[in-house]
Amino acid sequence: MKFGILVNEGPYNHQATDSAYQFAKAAIDKGHQVPRVFFYHDGVYNSTRLTEPPQDDRNIVARWSKLAEEHNVDLVVCVAAGLRRGIKDEVLAPGFRISGLGQLVEAGIQYDRLVTFGD
Amino acid sequence: MSDVTGGIDMDDETEGVVKKFMFLNRKAPYGTIYALESLEVVLISAAFDQDVSLAFVDDGVYQIVKGQHTKGIDQKNFSPTYRALEGYDIEKLYVDKDSLEARGLSEEDLLVDVQVLDSAAMADKMAEQDVVISF
Amino acid sequence: MLHIVNKSPLERNAVDTCLRLATKGSAVLLIEDAVYAATKGSAVSAKVQAAMANLKVYALAPDMEARGVAGRVMEGVNLVDYNGFVDLVAEHNNCQSWL
Repeated sequence: MKFGILVNEGPYNHQATDSAYQFAKAAIDKGHQVPRVFFYHDGVYNSTRLTEPPQDDRNIVARWSKLAEEHNVDLVVCVAAGLRRGIKDEVLAPGFRISGLGQLVEAGIQYDRLVTFGD
Repeated sequence: MSDVTGGIDMDDETEGVVKKFMFLNRKAPYGTIYALESLEVVLISAAFDQDVSLAFVDDGVYQIVKGQHTKGIDQKNFSPTYRALEGYDIEKLYVDKDSLEARGLSEEDLLVDVQVLDSAAMADKMAEQDVVISF
Repeated sequence: MLHIVNKSPLERNAVDTCLRLATKGSAVLLIEDAVYAATKGSAVSAKVQAAMANLKVYALAPDMEARGVAGRVMEGVNLVDYNGFVDLVAEHNNCQSWL
């Protein structure tokens, strides 16, 4: 089964991105596909390579980058929401790309399920 | 509304598939950005010829009340956009009756034509969707 | 339908509204702060308990454990892990998040 995921909140402030990641990882481990994760609202902050969390805590951004690399997950940051919040190409961590809301709608159309994680 | 909508790409896998998309609005406008940014998704969805509806539940009903004047808080008044949805063939706006009443509102207070649904009808409407996007 | 709720029942009305608008036979999965709605002896326990007559209620065990309330889970609430979460989404035709 193909799962699309929508993440509405940024790293650390809300658990949303953690829950989304754990869900994605479990889905992949079970043999499903997570072709795309779409980051909207403050979710765009999950894509910044400038993040420097404490050493003894999970690195949320790096975790997403690793998932993208290992399992071909398309991490899409909404261009409009990103621009509002200062997330542009030059600050993106590996595995993330900026694109439009059409990618979210497309995920809803093409995949079997779309799960929203937010506040 | 932002004009930056890149990413619309009607590829083969999307062509012809029509799903029931519901956009669930449960938050008041202006205190948070969810109402505004959810509208941006709704507008983009219009380009995909899907069966789109909007549900206004809990504080989401406040998004469509008349008389929003935002100059004093220096935010864009985006409420007229709800009236423009019709021009995009997005006409199914469902409002939760209990949410309206709990807020002392009636259909007359709303700036756009809606269908007011009681709990059972709203529940059924939600259950029949293919995709529900929450903000 | 699978209803996913993530906010605490005494902080937000998401649990409340979800229970009101879930059709009979639906499943409700409580995650993150919403797992408090699966605990005994709170102001909302009776309401959630009553809802279980018509709905299957699940709670994400890792979130309950994190919050130190796994030992207070109500009778009738089904505990699942993230694998179970995935299964629930797959098994139901559609899902909806109450934020």
